[in-house]
Amino acid sequence: MLKKTTFGVAAAMAMTMSASVAFADTVKIAFVDPLSGPFSPTGTNGLAEFEFAAEKLVNEKGGVLGGDMFEIVGFDNKMSPKESLIQLQVAIDQGVRYIAQGNSSGIAHAITDAVNKHNKRNPDDRVLFLNYAAVDPALTNDACNFWHFRFDANADIKMDALTDVMAKDESLKKVYVIGQDYSFGKAVAAAAVSNLAEKRPDVEIVGNELHPIGKVKDFTPYARKIVSSGADAVITGNWGADMVGLGKAIIDAGFEGPIYTYYGASNGITRTFGEQGTGHIFLVSEGAVNPPASDRMIEYVEGFEAKYPDHDITQPRIANTIEMLAKAINEAGSATDVVKVATALEGMEHDSIWGGKLFMRPQDHQIIQNVDIQEHTDQDIMFKMDASQWGMKMASEVEMAGMDSPTTCKMERP
Amino acid sequence: MTDTTSTISQKRSYGGMTTGAVAPWIICTVLLVLLPYVFQSSSALTIMNQMAITIVFALAYNMLLGQGGMLSFGHAVYMGMGGFMCMHVMNWVEAESIPLPLPFLPLFGGLFGLGMATIIGAFSTRAAGTVFAMISLGIGELIASCSVIIVAFFGGEEGVSGDRTYGLPVFGYEFLTKIEVYYLTAGWLVLSALLMYLFSRTPVGRMANAVRDNPERAQFLGYSSRWVRFYSFCASGFFCGVAGGLFAINFEILTEENLNLATSGSILLITFLGGVGFFFGPIIGAIVFTLLQSVLSLQTELWQMYVGALFVLTVMYFPGGLAGVIMMHAAPYKLGKLKDLIVPYIKTVLPAAVGILGLACFCEIMFHYKHAAVGEDDMSLFGYVFSTHSVLPWVVVISVTVVSFLIARRNAPELRDTWANSNILTPKKDGGAQ
Amino acid sequence: MELVFVILIDGLVYGLLLFMLSSGLTLIFSMMGVLNFAHASFYMLGAYFAYQISTYLGFWPGLLVAPLIVGIAGAGVERYGLRKVHQYGHVPELIFTFGLALLIEEIVQFFWGKNQVPYDAPEVLQFALFSIGTNEIQAYKVFMIAISVLIFLCLLYVLTKTRVGMIIQAALSYPRTVEALGHNVPFIFMGVFGVGTALAGLAGVIAGPQLGTFPGMAILLGSIVFVTIVIGGLGSLWGALVASLLIGWMTTFAASYNLAMADILMALGFEMPEEMSESALRDLWTLTLPQIGPILPYLLMVVILVFRPYGLFGKRDA
Repeated sequence: MLKKTTFGVAAAMAMTMSASVAFADTVKIAFVDPLSGPFSPTGTNGLAEFEFAAEKLVNEKGGVLGGDMFEIVGFDNKMSPKESLIQLQVAIDQGVRYIAQGNSSGIAHAITDAVNKHNKRNPDDRVLFLNYAAVDPALTNDACNFWHFRFDANADIKMDALTDVMAKDESLKKVYVIGQDYSFGKAVAAAAVSNLAEKRPDVEIVGNELHPIGKVKDFTPYARKIVSSGADAVITGNWGADMVGLGKAIIDAGFEGPIYTYYGASNGITRTFGEQGTGHIFLVSEGAVNPPASDRMIEYVEGFEAKYPDHDITQPRIANTIEMLAKAINEAGSATDVVKVATALEGMEHDSIWGGKLFMRPQDHQIIQNVDIQEHTDQDIMFKMDASQWGMKMASEVEMAGMDSPTTCKMERP
Repeated sequence: MTDTTSTISQKRSYGGMTTGAVAPWIICTVLLVLLPYVFQSSSALTIMNQMAITIVFALAYNMLLGQGGMLSFGHAVYMGMGGFMCMHVMNWVEAESIPLPLPFLPLFGGLFGLGMATIIGAFSTRAAGTVFAMISLGIGELIASCSVIIVAFFGGEEGVSGDRTYGLPVFGYEFLTKIEVYYLTAGWLVLSALLMYLFSRTPVGRMANAVRDNPERAQFLGYSSRWVRFYSFCASGFFCGVAGGLFAINFEILTEENLNLATSGSILLITFLGGVGFFFGPIIGAIVFTLLQSVLSLQTELWQMYVGALFVLTVMYFPGGLAGVIMMHAAPYKLGKLKDLIVPYIKTVLPAAVGILGLACFCEIMFHYKHAAVGEDDMSLFGYVFSTHSVLPWVVVISVTVVSFLIARRNAPELRDTWANSNILTPKKDGGAQ
Repeated sequence: MELVFVILIDGLVYGLLLFMLSSGLTLIFSMMGVLNFAHASFYMLGAYFAYQISTYLGFWPGLLVAPLIVGIAGAGVERYGLRKVHQYGHVPELIFTFGLALLIEEIVQFFWGKNQVPYDAPEVLQFALFSIGTNEIQAYKVFMIAISVLIFLCLLYVLTKTRVGMIIQAALSYPRTVEALGHNVPFIFMGVFGVGTALAGLAGVIAGPQLGTFPGMAILLGSIVFVTIVIGGLGSLWGALVASLLIGWMTTFAASYNLAMADILMALGFEMPEEMSESALRDLWTLTLPQIGPILPYLLMVVILVFRPYGLFGKRDA
């Protein structure tokens, strides 16, 4: 029986080896996100964005350190923490020094913890964790570490920006907060309540509730409660099918006001909302593509749309991640000494391709950038989404959002 | 270990272990000791550890499914709960500086799994069949859902994590490196596999088989089928908990994933793929499935489709699982006719394998054609790079597939005849399916 | 009060949708003993086929054609897959449907991609038929109710009033005797499987625009359908109906009322801990009904199975 073990593992190892034909002068970035299963649309789209950014922003310009090319290697973590840790190990064995991950804060927690332990136990092949989308505030607060860098605004910063904009709306009287029952959903709810209480004490929170994540088949009863509560606006951190289900149910139930979302666009969501979503769906995110900020950006987005007609620029921060990493590697003069690269990234300022400045805050490795409130529309937009006539257009912008937001991070530096 | 738990066992090994029965265990142990010298990379060790954990889990699951005939849809609960408990013990050891050596940790997982199984088994094992299966489904879903709600114990979505290196060093080992953890895991693997094997030889284990096959008759003989099921269930819960403890040591994190229905479902598939009728079946299933999940997924985005197809085809053509396929060859082997099969195998199975590979290539090319970026027409298969937008690769793949299937089909009768011949002089048997 | 009416209607829509799935499954289950894990996958196939047809011909042809295709596919699966596996016993059958569910999901992703597809209700039904208070009831929901009730009446008629129905009912209880009487039982099995999956397909066609058409829709509904038929009692059409409506209303009411555990505990005389974040029972204190709504059916199922293993309306042991 164990003969089979050896044989199987031999086959396995042969396969892993063949996948890791190492080029001496490539800088490998492991993309650890779901590439199969129900969560794969975001994963495959992110991979396309990473590959395009590496190609367009680094390799076509001659690479880093005078000729080293970026290579993105995709690893399918199947949205499972266990598989993520296995794939992380495989990636490290292939000589990868940079781990990019974003889908699910739960997995980000597992990876940042594993990377921290790995770097402590194996000082010779340390790695950096480039978190491009996991927005649980804890990752740059209590759970922060030196190896983790977040290139997305965290849930608190986004809520800060969103409530800044909402506070200006004098007609706003009642707000309903609803989210998925897990750490991120709870973080969004807590931030919404505290921010609104501070900025608009007169606004009443008429509902604040959590529903089980990925288990609700029919969102109608939630929508009924929202409509009956007389809310003027809804805030939700829902994503994926929970986002579409909730949004459609709310609009179907006859809700008139805006629905402020974190993830209410792209990956089929924009196309599914279609006409219904106009005037209802708002998104808080960075790097609005409509209207374009510069010619450079137009060229970039057009190039992407031409190469990947099935995908969209859904996470503009990925371009920032790649540009800042390349800059840090050049400044550090080495792609393998990740401590130097990390030190170069700390406190880095950079002009984003999406317009505005980027600043990697050194005390907690949280990026500070402009945060936009975008609306779902088919009017006056240059770049559409989901191969439909709808897209997201900037409604208002908060510059350098959360610049002096507090952090509880106590970073241990090597 | 080679003889089976089903009724076709020909050796009389009811009592102690004979030399013949001990030999496979020694060989396995030696192999487990030597494996890390062959595969030295950390990822190979990680994958082997994952395999070992899955083997313990699958063997424990088969105590119910194969030996007791009980179908559970929520068995991840016992492994997960054991693991969570171990995680908490690990953190507690760290916080209070309790001198508990790490290798004993899985024992706590086992005890907790046993406790859970005792409580739930008290009412769920009253009936077998669908009632048992549906109760296990319900309990599984309830506990998995609770894990997101009860943050104090389960840690919510990010789970509970810890650090294994804070325990008392054992003979100077602090379990910093993968290789130390590998030997710890391998040790527990051998120990628990041996205990589970011995359990299947005890009167309780034998009665579990009897209750599986004919509960009324077992009742007439004076055995309470309900209590026999209960004992199997508790024992299974214990070893699931041990697997959970090993998981905690290896990954240093437990999340909702360890409890949910997807994990419960995949252990059922793993066990069945390996073969429920044989003790070593789940071992093969666990090895193959881990490789598919962790290694095949590096190669292709379509891996789940292949896995699904593998299960459907296995259950349709080899209901005894992979172990059943191997044990089908026991009779020809004993008759000394195994070598007769070699030529027909080459003539039929080889073209069939080529055909299946060709079919997979066809799927890959089509997937690439549909989903690759504009301008990136080139894809590589088995080292060949070609454009999916040209006609030639399609023609080659389709013709290779069709031709090899035709060859396989033409030669199949010969294989069938030889197979029948090589089994002559033996009583007909069912390939180990129950 | 007006919210109660709205919830009753919403729960009815969801419950009847569950019934369309569970009625087919309960027939298949009780007749063939197959725990068909792929049943919800046929529901998904129905939605996707209808979406594909609707892009060419509009919604209405899809409503008729998609369930037919799904039914034929289902009959094919029974004829060329399940029947072969049937001889090995129930566990292999179950694994077969398990694998089939995996396979169907992958195939759907292969052809239609992994994103949600824009499958919408027909224009003529996209308006608010009436409103109760501020809540609008969409015409499409009423249409869903109408279709489901129609299907239930048809099934009831066929099973109790026609000769075919008599044979099916007989085959449910005494398959050997029915076979001895000269009826083609394997053909009946195939027919029942085909009709059952076609019903699931129809459920997908009408639920797709309402609940979303995406590759995860089968998993989302998969296990709850089993729960329904087990609660209702295997083989009982009425049981399936009652259990479906019960689950529909139960989950809808649970999602609608923010009943908090803290209130219950305080009403019982417990004192709320001062430092909530330190308390080991903090999660119990902050629990609300909508949080646990979707798992209530599972709890109900376990309780029912422990005390009444044959379900609410079942006549024999599951």
